[in-house]
Amino acid sequence: MKPNDLPDPAAEHGVRQHWLSELAMAPLELLELFFEKMEASGRLPVATWLRKPQSGLTMVRARAGGTGMQFNLGEASVTRCAMQDGMGRVGIGYVRGGNSRHAELVALFDLALQDAALQSEILDSVVSPLAAARVAAREKSSCEAAATRVAFYAMAREQQ
Amino acid sequence: MYVAVKGGESAILNSYELLAAERRGDPDVPELTLAQIRQQMRLAVDRVMGEGSLYDEDLAALALKQAAGDQVEAIFLLRAYRTTLPRFGYSVPIDTARMALRRRISATFKDLPGGQVLGPTYDYTQRLLDFSLADTADAPTPPRVDEPLPATSPRVTDLLGEEGMIEAERPAAGDPAPTDLSREPLRFPANRATRLQNLARGDEGYLLALGYSTQRGYANSHPFAGEIRMGEVPLEIIPEELGFAITIGQITLTECQMINQFAGSSDVPPQFTRGYGLAFGESERKSMGMALVDRALRAQELGEEITSPAQQAEFVLSHTDNVEASGFVQHLKLPHYVDFQSELELLRKMRASSAKVGAGDTAIPGVQPSAEREEA
Repeated sequence: MKPNDLPDPAAEHGVRQHWLSELAMAPLELLELFFEKMEASGRLPVATWLRKPQSGLTMVRARAGGTGMQFNLGEASVTRCAMQDGMGRVGIGYVRGGNSRHAELVALFDLALQDAALQSEILDSVVSPLAAARVAAREKSSCEAAATRVAFYAMAREQQ
Repeated sequence: MYVAVKGGESAILNSYELLAAERRGDPDVPELTLAQIRQQMRLAVDRVMGEGSLYDEDLAALALKQAAGDQVEAIFLLRAYRTTLPRFGYSVPIDTARMALRRRISATFKDLPGGQVLGPTYDYTQRLLDFSLADTADAPTPPRVDEPLPATSPRVTDLLGEEGMIEAERPAAGDPAPTDLSREPLRFPANRATRLQNLARGDEGYLLALGYSTQRGYANSHPFAGEIRMGEVPLEIIPEELGFAITIGQITLTECQMINQFAGSSDVPPQFTRGYGLAFGESERKSMGMALVDRALRAQELGEEITSPAQQAEFVLSHTDNVEASGFVQHLKLPHYVDFQSELELLRKMRASSAKVGAGDTAIPGVQPSAEREEA
């Protein structure tokens, strides 16, 4: 199944858009696991807070009939933060929900991914496995739903 | 006559503690965890998120626990909490065509592309109490097939739209931002975007009853459930420091596209009309009720005679909010001692003057017969 629900990495800003999205969608436990591995290698950037994790709201918009005029559906909680390394690079984290640690890890990886020396390695060892895990989880759920797909049979009424 | 409304502080504080103890119940029974509520009472969590107008499963589960399962109280708690949080902005309008489907049915087309997918529905259950659930058991594993569903499935209304058989849903010129009822008061006449926001956070029971009334002949619009889909959609925002859209997570939504009888004009040939319902979580009944009421409220726009409650925007939209409704009904419990005293006085005067008329000229002015019976 093509993971069609996330930005195309080939588009403008595509690569950063892609990793920020995968990091935000990742289960926190998995992200912690990759964090521990990276930290053990001693290569994660040293960062200071630009904005400590802060919880707030985003108004979710939808469209009438799915394609028509915009309307406000209701709010969703969001947590965001930003951090900076010695080079002046800024890592940002935005996640749906109220988990500060998740936002922090997204920002930290975003920072590390902006380092040319680390980028391809983290893309391979963190972002790709996260994307693969997400697609696999989605596919599992889809295969369960597909098992409830109705197969119709044509019934011919017998002549009396 | 006036009795000072002070005091009761210690009674109130003690009532908090009694409430906490009643919430906890028998301490020999293990305490509920939020994870248990989220996982095993997920439809209750979904309703609280929808009508609380805040998508956050953890906070909704907490609200349900705090309210001891009282949904409207939990909704109130969530609404109150949201006022303490800053607003970061608005999402990119979500696209339900990109939904990772877990359920998708149509009552109008048997063989629709992508198929009828029942998903986790109560529809075909026997509604017999399952006493095996009274005991705990191993978690069941649902059956699975090898081939997942198609990555995207077209909306039934889009298929009908290709033939021009149903009215088109297109944004107005410039795709204007909708008014936001969480920022601005409800004003009439309310446009459709405003009505949809109001209905989206409206009380499920109220929308269900109004939708039901349209089916029973109060503004019947001959509805068909064109499509109902449920699943996950990505939530995208454009952070100002980035300037491009990122996905920050996903949310579960239920969408109902109601197809209704015809409208047409000198410019447009007869075509089906639409009612739209969209709700947080797995909320099929809510989204269907919303779609029926949305369609009924379009009466004026579609040139229909307004004859029934569900078509009257001012009536419908002013009473959807169960937090407001609950507050106004329940404020009757607050002290109204002064109001009541004045009514009592008025009643005594009325009775006195009617007694005077009855007794002819013999009553002595200024003496109220009822006053003799007043105690305390």
